[in-house]
Amino acid sequence: MNAPLPGPLNDNPNLDRWVTFSSAGKVTVLTGRVELGQGVLTAMAQIAADELDIAIERIIVRSGDTEKAPNEGYTAGSQSIQFGGVALRQACADVRALFLDQAARVLGCDVSELSIRDGRIFRNGLSTGQDYWTLSGAVDLTVKATGGGERKKVANFRSIGSSSARLDLPGKIFGENAFIHDMRLDGMVHARVVRQPNRGATLGSIDESAIRRAAKGPVEFVRHGNFLAIVSDNETAVEAGALSAATSVTWQNVETPAPTQQEANWLLQRPVVERAFGAPVVGNPQNRERYEASYTRGYLAHASISPSCGLAVYREGTLTVWTHCQGVYPLRAALAKTLKLEPSSIVVHHVQGSGCYGHNGADDAAADAAIIAMQRPGRPVRVRWRREEEFVYEPKTPAMVVKVSALLDDAGKPVDWTQEIWSPTHNLRPGAGGNLLGALALPDPLPEPPPNDVPEANGGGATRNAEPLYNIPAKRILHHLVIEAPVRTSALRGLGAMPNVFALESCIDELAERAGKDPVEYRLSITDDARARAVIDKAAAMAQWKTDAPRGTGRGRGIAFARYKNRAAYSTVVVELSVDEEIRLHHVWCATDAGLVINPDGVLNQLEGGIIQSASWVLKEQVRFDNGIATYDWETYPVLKFSEVPEIDIALINTKDEVPLGVGEVTAGPTAAAIGNAVSHALGARLRDLPLTRDRIVASLLRE
Amino acid sequence: MTKKFEFSVNGKAVSVSIDNEETPLLDVLRNELGLVGTRFGCGLEQCGSCMVLIDGAPEKCCTKPIWTVAGKQVVTVEGLGDAKHPHPLQQTFLDEQAGQCGYCLSGILISAKALLDRNPQPARAEIAQALDGNICRCGSHNRIMRAVEKAAAIMRARAAQ
Repeated sequence: MNAPLPGPLNDNPNLDRWVTFSSAGKVTVLTGRVELGQGVLTAMAQIAADELDIAIERIIVRSGDTEKAPNEGYTAGSQSIQFGGVALRQACADVRALFLDQAARVLGCDVSELSIRDGRIFRNGLSTGQDYWTLSGAVDLTVKATGGGERKKVANFRSIGSSSARLDLPGKIFGENAFIHDMRLDGMVHARVVRQPNRGATLGSIDESAIRRAAKGPVEFVRHGNFLAIVSDNETAVEAGALSAATSVTWQNVETPAPTQQEANWLLQRPVVERAFGAPVVGNPQNRERYEASYTRGYLAHASISPSCGLAVYREGTLTVWTHCQGVYPLRAALAKTLKLEPSSIVVHHVQGSGCYGHNGADDAAADAAIIAMQRPGRPVRVRWRREEEFVYEPKTPAMVVKVSALLDDAGKPVDWTQEIWSPTHNLRPGAGGNLLGALALPDPLPEPPPNDVPEANGGGATRNAEPLYNIPAKRILHHLVIEAPVRTSALRGLGAMPNVFALESCIDELAERAGKDPVEYRLSITDDARARAVIDKAAAMAQWKTDAPRGTGRGRGIAFARYKNRAAYSTVVVELSVDEEIRLHHVWCATDAGLVINPDGVLNQLEGGIIQSASWVLKEQVRFDNGIATYDWETYPVLKFSEVPEIDIALINTKDEVPLGVGEVTAGPTAAAIGNAVSHALGARLRDLPLTRDRIVASLLRE
Repeated sequence: MTKKFEFSVNGKAVSVSIDNEETPLLDVLRNELGLVGTRFGCGLEQCGSCMVLIDGAPEKCCTKPIWTVAGKQVVTVEGLGDAKHPHPLQQTFLDEQAGQCGYCLSGILISAKALLDRNPQPARAEIAQALDGNICRCGSHNRIMRAVEKAAAIMRARAAQ
């Protein structure tokens, strides 16, 4: 009996969903995981190269396609390699075994005499003239995977574990047609949507002639319920027309978020669904000392560098959609519900966009294109959001309040830990139905989905990383799931992990200080997990951590640790910075254990990106409300600039025999908390509200 | 009324006929000339995705009316080099794997080219300052700055030969 198949392979057992040999000398590898700028397709090619014994140059990777590729749900949660990669490994091993069986039949020998080098079959080391392509006609890959193919031993990896250049970067560096934004279809029209301000808002007057004047070119209007789009074969005209719609189109029943709603503490008095996990709630029977602190983080934007884009055409009963979203199958399901089509009459193809870091406007832009395409059968439609539209209408990551309450023993170590969270949902993905933005404007829109968050089995949403990994006898999470947020909220890189790790790792630092212990020593004193200890030790050594650096000098160092979701990669980050009225990052050191590393340079690239993006969130970013969303461009929503990034040194602890773990999100929490701890060290005062703005720094200095 | 505008792109003379003389150069490059390497990021001259050289100077072209470039020389990322003959910057960006999603890279390559044209040996801080008009959201900044330093060294060595 073979071991159970990896999940995605079990869900998509036919081997030709994973591997096909369609052209001579090439193999097509299919994956349900999509390229979001994280380099996943290169890692998949490396996996296939090793398990098929073939040069990586022969591999063509196809991904995210409801016609051909496996259904792996969403590319999210740093799970692509851990699950999708492991599934692809087994699929390739099964394919390789089928070809060896066929070669043995053709050659009249035993499989044990055969080996494969770059796709060619050798018998006792001698060429046989047979290869994958001579044999492929006789090998049926429509069969189901058995898990019987023997996967390579770690020692025999050639491609896995060595840095491989990204397959997609050359096209981007030479300015080729590399992104969905660059697609042009015959007879295509450009469209811009005049956005419904909120669910329930209704179209008032439309000054079509004013829009036509602004467009300076012929435009058409597509209207369906409260969904309004401006369409033309001239992109310049629709862009200008859409810009003028702010003053040429009126809406009724408009609701706008108020400035008071922008801060996380507004969530504390809202209607909630109560959820509780972990140890039962107890009082303080032994009358121990209690330490409490509250931390907040505002709403953040994904702020992708390119506004979202989608293309669609409805022809002969089939709707074909091109999108840069994270899940083509869930989008197909949501489009089917929205447009009242059968899923089988919708085809969704993934085409690369810019980095999304979670659920941005990609699904919505695809839905816009689909809605317009259904109104103009036969006409390919391209929708590209405007910059302001992306900032204002993309789903935001929710503001959160995280309150920690710890009971301490006589040595000042926590024995009972409660992490109490107020947060709207982190899950408004389209798969649930009723969530696509354009669909809310259609006649009879689907009802709002019931309040929910990402299930704990998937790592949780607001509760992600809310439980410390440390040795604490009793730990519990109280989650107040806020039912209504002032804006749409959904998944951003790490979901609740960033605010939760910021809170708990800040609190651990506060407890260390209270106990008169060094932050590194204190952490090591409450963890037995060898892999956790290893990344804490390594990062401290890299930074030449000093136990007695004085506080309040204006220059500071901070450390923070997390294991992502408490079950994926381990990471420790040390930050050195200085503070006067603003914070200047100098150096970041990071040690990460991600198990078996497929592409070391790809992993470093992701970790660097995670560190810089988290630093940007912490130092600069908050979505602001003022009679609507007041952060609508790069001046009102600034992000970290080239002159503001720190030097970064990263060490990978390559535990080759462990399961490969994703790294896109692991540094988000530790970076945020290490910055907070370093700021506290530099100022001699604790800041518990993100972002760490100049106003908050000045206020904390005045308090001292 | 259709108007004709003549200018040069990557060393080739081009002529475009266009109704709206306010049409941004970016739209002309992407939609009329099929040069999609210059990307749209904001349409507000804020992010630098659309950076091109106009008579040698780095300029954001997402709001630059086509009439303003008549008679001028425009260089886009496609004009730097290609896979067979990469510009040193393109080569070092590949060597350093300087990018994640890559959407910002066209504009960054152009800004870097303009920097090295006027300053063949920039310090790290000068590179950072020259690229502050370009936004990278993925966090590839350090790799990008390293690649610019290495390209500068290659170009200096070539110039010395």
